Amino acid sequence: MATPLTPGIAVGRLPADEIAENFKDLHAPYAPHEAAVAADRCYFCYDAPCVTACPTSIDIPLFIRQISTGTPDSAAETIFDQNILGGMCARVCPTEDLCEQACVRETAEGKPVEIGRLQRYATDTAMAKNSHPFERAAPTGKRVAVLGAGPAGLACAHRLAMLGHDVSLLDAKGKAGGLNEFGIAAYKSTDDFAAKEVAWLMGIGGITFHHGQILGESFQLDELVANHDAVFMGVGLGGVNALGVPGDDQECVFDAVRFIAHLRQASDLTELPVGRNVVVIGGGMTAVDAAVQSKLLGALNVTIAYRRGRDAMGASTYEQDLAASKGVNLMFNVQPKALHADDENYVEFIELEYTHDDGTGLKGTGETVKLEADQVFRAIGQTLTTDGGLALDGRKIAVSETGKTSNDKVWAGGDCAAGGDDLTVTAVAEGRDAAMDIHATLMGGAS
Amino acid sequence: MADLTTDFLGIKTPNPFWLASAPPTDKEYNVRRAFEAGWGGVVWKTLGSEGPPVVNVNGPRYGAIYGADRRLLGLNNIELITDRDLFTNLEEIKRVKADYPDRAIIASIMVPCEEEAWKAILPLVEDCGADGIELNFGCPHGMAERGMGSAVGQVPEYIEMVTRWCKQYYSKPVIVKLTPNITDIRLPAAAAKRGGADAVSLINTINSITSVNLDSMAPEPTIDGKGTHGGYCGPAVKPIAMSMVSEIARNPETQGLPMSGIGGVTTWRDAAEYMALGCGNVQVCTAVMTYGFKIVEEMISGLSQWMDEKGHTNTSDFIGMAVPNVTDWQYLNLNYVAKAVISQDDCIKCGRCYAACEDTSHQAIAMSEDRTFSVINEECVACNLCVDVCPVENCITMEAMKPGEVDPRTGKVVSGDYANWTTHPNNPGAVAAE
Repeated sequence: MATPLTPGIAVGRLPADEIAENFKDLHAPYAPHEAAVAADRCYFCYDAPCVTACPTSIDIPLFIRQISTGTPDSAAETIFDQNILGGMCARVCPTEDLCEQACVRETAEGKPVEIGRLQRYATDTAMAKNSHPFERAAPTGKRVAVLGAGPAGLACAHRLAMLGHDVSLLDAKGKAGGLNEFGIAAYKSTDDFAAKEVAWLMGIGGITFHHGQILGESFQLDELVANHDAVFMGVGLGGVNALGVPGDDQECVFDAVRFIAHLRQASDLTELPVGRNVVVIGGGMTAVDAAVQSKLLGALNVTIAYRRGRDAMGASTYEQDLAASKGVNLMFNVQPKALHADDENYVEFIELEYTHDDGTGLKGTGETVKLEADQVFRAIGQTLTTDGGLALDGRKIAVSETGKTSNDKVWAGGDCAAGGDDLTVTAVAEGRDAAMDIHATLMGGAS
Repeated sequence: MADLTTDFLGIKTPNPFWLASAPPTDKEYNVRRAFEAGWGGVVWKTLGSEGPPVVNVNGPRYGAIYGADRRLLGLNNIELITDRDLFTNLEEIKRVKADYPDRAIIASIMVPCEEEAWKAILPLVEDCGADGIELNFGCPHGMAERGMGSAVGQVPEYIEMVTRWCKQYYSKPVIVKLTPNITDIRLPAAAAKRGGADAVSLINTINSITSVNLDSMAPEPTIDGKGTHGGYCGPAVKPIAMSMVSEIARNPETQGLPMSGIGGVTTWRDAAEYMALGCGNVQVCTAVMTYGFKIVEEMISGLSQWMDEKGHTNTSDFIGMAVPNVTDWQYLNLNYVAKAVISQDDCIKCGRCYAACEDTSHQAIAMSEDRTFSVINEECVACNLCVDVCPVENCITMEAMKPGEVDPRTGKVVSGDYANWTTHPNNPGAVAAE
């Protein structure tokens, strides 16, 4: 059996029970009494800053008060009303940068109300009942195609179905969920939660899912537009940026997103290969997710190499600390210069160059450092692969505030659309708001 | 270090912290533990007449009101007086008193409102060596249905009569325990004094139903589907009890009558407050039923630290000190003008003061775009609600305006003179100021 010391890339570096322990829920769910105590800390602020900080504007003080009075199902309804993926967002939201950062108790004591965990308590309690909290409005006879079954598409599809429209939900992959299913660290979405949440969401009715539908291959955007009253694009970012250094094409240079997708879909994590020495290039959530999970699989040395300073890192302080606590080494102000492979095309080491920003842009200092590396992950951002011929804003689809694209019948949201952070919760908000605008447009109530 | 020794009716105890007549003082075992823990005295659980003792229910006896994290704020009790034989209790009192001569043991008594019944039990109690007796005229549940407890305490004439019998047939101090389940606490207190009582103790518990079970649709605690009102006690009743204590302390008819303060005493501070209102000592029950006897250590250290800080060497130094400052509303100074001041450094921007003032008071707090909350002096009546709802201590304060300043709300110059309602022009019964 392999161990963390086994050279190269190997499976089963840790025993199954240790891996299971490593990949269990990052935060154990609250027991009812814990939830009551945590809920009691909420001050029920006037025009609460946490609500303003939430991209989906969940009425947080209200749902916390509903928990504290023993009605978690009502609390969940308050959440789902604004964010139908409130269950996943409770798990993956960088709350430390959003609602909990705005919490007045963070100001007062440096200890915010644990809004994310309370949200999870409410949504878990309600979802465990396996009943869908909303009913569909009377059929409108309108048909809308939703492209991409990730957070944006799911939120949009649900809202449209709820308003009485018939929705065709198309996704390139074999199952729905998008990054909830294929991205995101496993310890944030345990027990197949992403798939369960999709099934629960579909409980609204009126949504037909079609998998394996690839835009530009299986169909063209024009065809969809012709066959539907409206189209929503929530296709995400399918491409991965290259490192652009010699050796980038080596066999053991991986896309971090693909590694995470494999991990999320693996039925047995002891059969997932990981290097003894892993280097992750990047500074966002994907970099942290790839690095931490490599460590949890049994990699001996894992390093995140980021080209700027800690403050500029896309991953939150919480995520950085999480990585450090799991034993991931964080290197700042270094950029990849070259990858060196052995005769069999296996990476031996990576050469990193120190960087410096004198105000005119980031530059290499010329000084380098070499790290042993059996496996290198690219996590330096993703790109739009199909724009369907829509106008772009930078490298993403240009949209209005309500998600309208350059095509009158097409809306877009989530990571593929310009504006907003690339967060699950932002995607949900954009999908939902686009649905409301589509509804208003289709029903003649557009403003 | 301050001397906590307290002399109450000539009964000296090492500290003013006694345990009230209640389940914690029902038997020798508990009382010994209490004395070992450091309690200054106990009022033994109420004794009844000789003969078969009362029986208690075999289901739940208590119900509770909780604050955050199940912190017990109020307790409701339907337990009756001791359900153990009179002579067993008397023998135990005798034994414990012999072992703890420096601690007080007071025998609480409740027998029918007949002279013979009192004449029968008092010599027995006299003989057991207790330091005094407390007449239980307060128990509001069960015993009251049989013409005892609060049924006596609600009729001043009975109080006076029974107290007189006790003074006649018993030689040591007689304390009359008062029920709060009455309109005017001054009447039973005065009756006790007329009957010759050495002191009153108050309050006994308040009639209460703590909760209704919404599944079984029955009050709790529920005994086989039914519930009854019980006696309410614990931190929640302290403000009610202190008001009653203050009424007796400043009523000319009862002024100077020694009092033992009871009702929600949980910390040294509660005890100091009761004593400042004129109580010679305090009796504790719910707090020990919640946390055990050990809390007396905090009460002793806390009271002693506070006394040192204030320069009090003996508890008698501050007993009754706050009484002269308790007055009627009509004598409050109407020329005193204060305004709320919000410390922006301490404000955490929760907006509770704004919601409270805007929705339910005087629209005297402004909220800016960036969540800065400030007082609108033109509207502020200094009601104090913002202070009360603010989660940060001392973030909002009430500051008095100086004489000569103009109150922006009324446009009037603040006067340095004292003037109250009795002389106010709006008062139809005003007496012209001289």
